Amino acid sequence: MSTDTPPASDGDSLTEAELQARIEELEETVADLKADDEQKKMTIVATQGTFDMAYPPLILASTAAAFGWDVVVFHTFWGLDILHEEKSGNLQLSAVGNPNMPMPNALAALPGMDRMATRMMEKRIDDNGTATIDELIELSLDQGVELQACQMTIELMDYDEDDFHDDVTVGVGAATALQHMAESDIQLLV
Amino acid sequence: MSEAFDIAETLDVKGASCPMPVVKTKQAIDDLAEGSVLEVLATDSGSMSDIEGWAEGTNGVALLEQVDEGDVYKHYVEKTD
Repeated sequence: MSTDTPPASDGDSLTEAELQARIEELEETVADLKADDEQKKMTIVATQGTFDMAYPPLILASTAAAFGWDVVVFHTFWGLDILHEEKSGNLQLSAVGNPNMPMPNALAALPGMDRMATRMMEKRIDDNGTATIDELIELSLDQGVELQACQMTIELMDYDEDDFHDDVTVGVGAATALQHMAESDIQLLV
Repeated sequence: MSEAFDIAETLDVKGASCPMPVVKTKQAIDDLAEGSVLEVLATDSGSMSDIEGWAEGTNGVALLEQVDEGDVYKHYVEKTD
């Protein structure tokens, strides 16, 4: 944009009305920029697909949306399972290598232990009035959270674009995620 | 206390835990007219801090009062401009 002062001879080439219109236009631009600046943005990258690791990104995303923030959750690798229509309601907790489990690894490694640990956690979640994964997905989407499924890992995992919940964004990659991250006030890797 | 406000609607989120009290409050506020007051009834003790923080960080809402009644937490949120 030129900041040159127009020559004096052209001084009256802009009428007062034109100047007024120009000022209003600039004021509008400033107001738009301010509004853009006020709305916080958050990007979460969700890489894990276990039952416990599905909660933090969804809880933060749905709450951030309640603040009126612009939120993107980019799901990649095992994080894709959170958005998978058949798998999201059936995510498992790992009993092995989890020091928070009240059982030794040797026992946790027995067949069916992951399932049992998951059932126990599901019961606790239900008793506590905590939402299910599917409820949080629906809540997030309803509030305008953009849940993105990484295209490269969709293909890597041999999933189909139709396998995901309705309104999940597919056909996006790292560049799309980075673009939103660059503009975000908050970026989290889960 | 709560009688001081003209309550337009009551949202009952008793039994629900984080993030439901905040998210449901936001959704209920969206449906109200400007100047209306929403009463939120919650049993989640975290809702005292969460709804306060949410109201502080969100445009167009004002937290009027929070009441700890022991078994239930009452929140009064006004929809502003």
